[in-house]
Amino acid sequence: MANIVEMPKLGFDMAEGTLSKWIKSENDTVEKGEILAEIETDKATVEVESTFSGIVYKHLITEGTAVPVGTPIAVVAEKGEEVNLDALVESKELEPTQAEEEKAEPEPGPTPAEAQQSAKEKEDNSLIKASPIAKRIAKEKKINLSEITGTGPGGRIVKRDVEKFKKAPGRVSFTNTSKAQVKHGVDEEIRISNLRKAIGARLTESRQTVPHFYITSMYDVAELLKTRKQLNHGLPEDQRVSVNDFIIRAVALALRDFPNLNASLTGSTITRHGDINVGVAVAVENGLLTVVVRNADQKPLKQISQEANAMISRVKDGKVKNEDIEGSTITISNLGMFDVEDFVAIINPPEAAILAVGSAKEIPVVVNGELEIGWRMKVTISADHRITDGAEAAKFMQHLAQFLEQPWRLFAQV
Amino acid sequence: MDKKEYLNLYHQMVLIRRLEETAAELYQKGEIGGFLHLYIGQEAVSTGIIAARQPQDQVITAYRDHGVAIYVGSSANEVMAELLGKATGISKGKGGSMHMADISKQFYGGHAIVGAHLPIAAGLALSNHMQKNDAVTIAMFGDGATNIGFFHEAANIAMAWKLPILWVCENNRYGMGTSTERASAVSDIIQKACGYGMQAYDVDGMDVIAVKDMVRERLAEIRSGSGPQFLEVCTYRFRGHSMGDPERYRTKSEVKKFIEKGPIDRFRKFLLNEKIVPEEELNQIDSQVIGEIEAAVTFAQESPNPPEEALFENIYVESVGGA
Amino acid sequence: MAIITMREAISQALWEEMERDEKVFIQGEEIGVWGGTYAVTKGFLDHFGSERVRDTPIAEAAIVGSAIGAAMAGMRPVAELMTINFAFAAMDHIVNEAAKMHYMFGGQFRLPLVIRAPGGGGRQLAATHSQTPDAIFAHFPGLKVVAPGTPADAKGLLKEAIRIDDPVLFIENATVYQQKGEVPEGDYTIPIGKSKVQREGSDVTVVAYSKMVPYSMQAADILAKEGVEIEIVDLRSLRPLDMSPVIASFKKTNRAVIAEEGWRSYGVGSEVAARIYEEAFDYVDAPVRRVAQKEVPLPYNAHLEQLALPQVDDIVNAVREVLR
Repeated sequence: MANIVEMPKLGFDMAEGTLSKWIKSENDTVEKGEILAEIETDKATVEVESTFSGIVYKHLITEGTAVPVGTPIAVVAEKGEEVNLDALVESKELEPTQAEEEKAEPEPGPTPAEAQQSAKEKEDNSLIKASPIAKRIAKEKKINLSEITGTGPGGRIVKRDVEKFKKAPGRVSFTNTSKAQVKHGVDEEIRISNLRKAIGARLTESRQTVPHFYITSMYDVAELLKTRKQLNHGLPEDQRVSVNDFIIRAVALALRDFPNLNASLTGSTITRHGDINVGVAVAVENGLLTVVVRNADQKPLKQISQEANAMISRVKDGKVKNEDIEGSTITISNLGMFDVEDFVAIINPPEAAILAVGSAKEIPVVVNGELEIGWRMKVTISADHRITDGAEAAKFMQHLAQFLEQPWRLFAQV
Repeated sequence: MDKKEYLNLYHQMVLIRRLEETAAELYQKGEIGGFLHLYIGQEAVSTGIIAARQPQDQVITAYRDHGVAIYVGSSANEVMAELLGKATGISKGKGGSMHMADISKQFYGGHAIVGAHLPIAAGLALSNHMQKNDAVTIAMFGDGATNIGFFHEAANIAMAWKLPILWVCENNRYGMGTSTERASAVSDIIQKACGYGMQAYDVDGMDVIAVKDMVRERLAEIRSGSGPQFLEVCTYRFRGHSMGDPERYRTKSEVKKFIEKGPIDRFRKFLLNEKIVPEEELNQIDSQVIGEIEAAVTFAQESPNPPEEALFENIYVESVGGA
Repeated sequence: MAIITMREAISQALWEEMERDEKVFIQGEEIGVWGGTYAVTKGFLDHFGSERVRDTPIAEAAIVGSAIGAAMAGMRPVAELMTINFAFAAMDHIVNEAAKMHYMFGGQFRLPLVIRAPGGGGRQLAATHSQTPDAIFAHFPGLKVVAPGTPADAKGLLKEAIRIDDPVLFIENATVYQQKGEVPEGDYTIPIGKSKVQREGSDVTVVAYSKMVPYSMQAADILAKEGVEIEIVDLRSLRPLDMSPVIASFKKTNRAVIAEEGWRSYGVGSEVAARIYEEAFDYVDAPVRRVAQKEVPLPYNAHLEQLALPQVDDIVNAVREVLR
């Protein structure tokens, strides 16, 4: 029997998806559970498993096409089966949209280069070929060789290229480089990715509709850091627990006593969630994703750490799973690794709050009237004033101190 | 010849002998490097030749040249110093054993490439001819050299141009380790001379007086315009071709035979028998020579090595070092 | 200034030096009665007599060897090898004797010797009579190797070679004896070991010597029509080798072509290129290109022969290549 594969709904707010890549080609055998295709959503590119076994009889849409959720995208039939496509498909709605302009990948697209590049040159992109004098002049004039197009043999940058380069500012060039450098006198126009668009839309909505208020608290994290060091002693890099892992657990445990902050507002209903799923913001190229540690209050620190690491790896490899990024009830954004003192985050709707974590720093502090050096870390909560208020949020931040400043509590309870 | 001349001849032969024996010792001690070709047994030849020449007559020879150097009058000190490669050597330490020369004595060197000096010898004679200077070039070479092309070109051109040159072949019967019987079309070297239409003679190289008389006659004739002449000197070297020669190509008995007929002993006997010189005076010369050579060794050993700058000196007359 | 041929320039130099110094004499095959196979010494025998104009047997080792001896003993010989291909028969005397005499004997002997020898191919004389082995001789310290590219240089350099007390191999080119050029009046010499800029230009440095100098001049005219101005640096001496004008030019143009008639491998171009990289690496805008004979023994067939030899077009193309 022939089965139609439809564009799956991969997120509660997903309206359409783009068929990024067919993993199984036409006439391939596919087993239920095998990856059939990669589908790009607003948030990420996700590997989608086949729910049918058989032969991939037909791809109904091409790579790069965006279709609404539910649209037939492929037919899986039995081996040797003859399928009347028209009849089969007619029974479903079919409205593919051309997605040339929309098509985008997390990776940069092709560069319309001015110089012809031979296949041989493509082999060795890491080496910039330039003659000794071209290099010397470029160095003297502080020109970055990587910005110059070589017109010598094999694309070699030669003297005239360097000399002409400094004489011709103001060109507009289309590049999708991840090297963010301001090129003097040259405007760069970059097409934004789906992800950036989605983030922009969501956060604009959040900013405009949610009445944010903010509270900053400073925590003594000396004990936390010490505990972390002890825990990590002798462990290889990939098994170490991070400061953020501690914070995830601390936040989750603290939230147990503040169900109103582990909540969502939909319409006029505040849903206080039964699970504490802590979302962690992860930076990706040209955007960010939130991976979710489900039931973080129920899991030991080690497990939280492992799960978080695994998800973050998947994100960075572009292999994130749907469940990795769905279902957070509160979000933590940690910019501590960038030497940030404090910052303010925008709430991830429909959540009640988001926590912005700064760096742990050694600063002068007053203890019992004496000046000492102490470790301090600032956390700023952004809360939705439709769900909660300042007192409650402040109390939460106080309560959080217990778990951040007395890390034994993270191990004491399950 | 008067007594003084006889003593002089004896002194020279003993001096060369002692110098060569000492050189061998120094070589084995590592103080002399490279090749060392000893003249032991052939002393009468260069002694007789130089005794016969006039001061303007150039002498040029191959690499067995210490004897010539000594006998033209270069000091034993300078010869020994050159062997040790010192700056005070006759070639400033730049030539070594095979490249001794003394332009002030009309000694145009020791040359290492077999036969290559023979066309050069013809050139010396050519310059004598063109400058009309009454000089005769004496070109010395071994039996082996008569087989190489250079010899034939030189012999030919000298004869064609009637140059004032005496070709003197020191036939010690072996070209390195190959006897004349094996290497040469004709073992009597003077036969080759006939092929070029030259007057050719031979003489016993163990008899210093005979050599001297013969060379004097030849030079006189050439000087008066006979054209080139060829002299085969029959001689023998008592040691190997050079240091380190295992001498597998001849028997010890053969060598012994020739040593017994060696030039110095023979001359000594002659002098004593003819009562030309009393024995004490000969003995005196013997011990004097020992002293001379010891002094030469000391001089050489105490002399400085050439300075490093010497590496680049005398490449060109204007001393432009490098390319 | 007079306009004379290469042949005339060389002939005049010899004649004037023989007049000037009676120690100067010439010897070689067929230079006397015949007047020289390239007519360079025509008329010499009658004027200077057979003592100073000596026909030799066909015996290169004797020709060069006796010249060496004569030079050591006070004469100033100019020996001629009918062609440089015959130099190999006198190889020992050129590189092993003449080059070493002054050095080996601690400076006792001077060699005021000149060996003249024409080389080069292009007249269907086949492999053994058509070579340009200049680089081989330039390899030896103690020898001076000169190869002029213009009549003016030929005359001045030959006079200098005769007057100095070092052995000089004076390499002529057998196919350019009729090449014309301006020559200063009167007596003049040119120091050995000095390169010269024969044509100024700003785009590419062309290093050449001997026949490749007139070829480069022709290439310059062709390239000028394309707006490319080459600077021609004439080496004139291969040993000593004067790189200063070459480097100065290269620093201006950043690109070089080296042209020689000999083979590419182990040739003069190899040496000049190595020195450019050593002394002017930071000025290099393109790899140095060498124009040279193809790596084959030269064939008899006329077309094949021309195919093997470096041509004006090869220089033009090399310049274009180096400008890419």
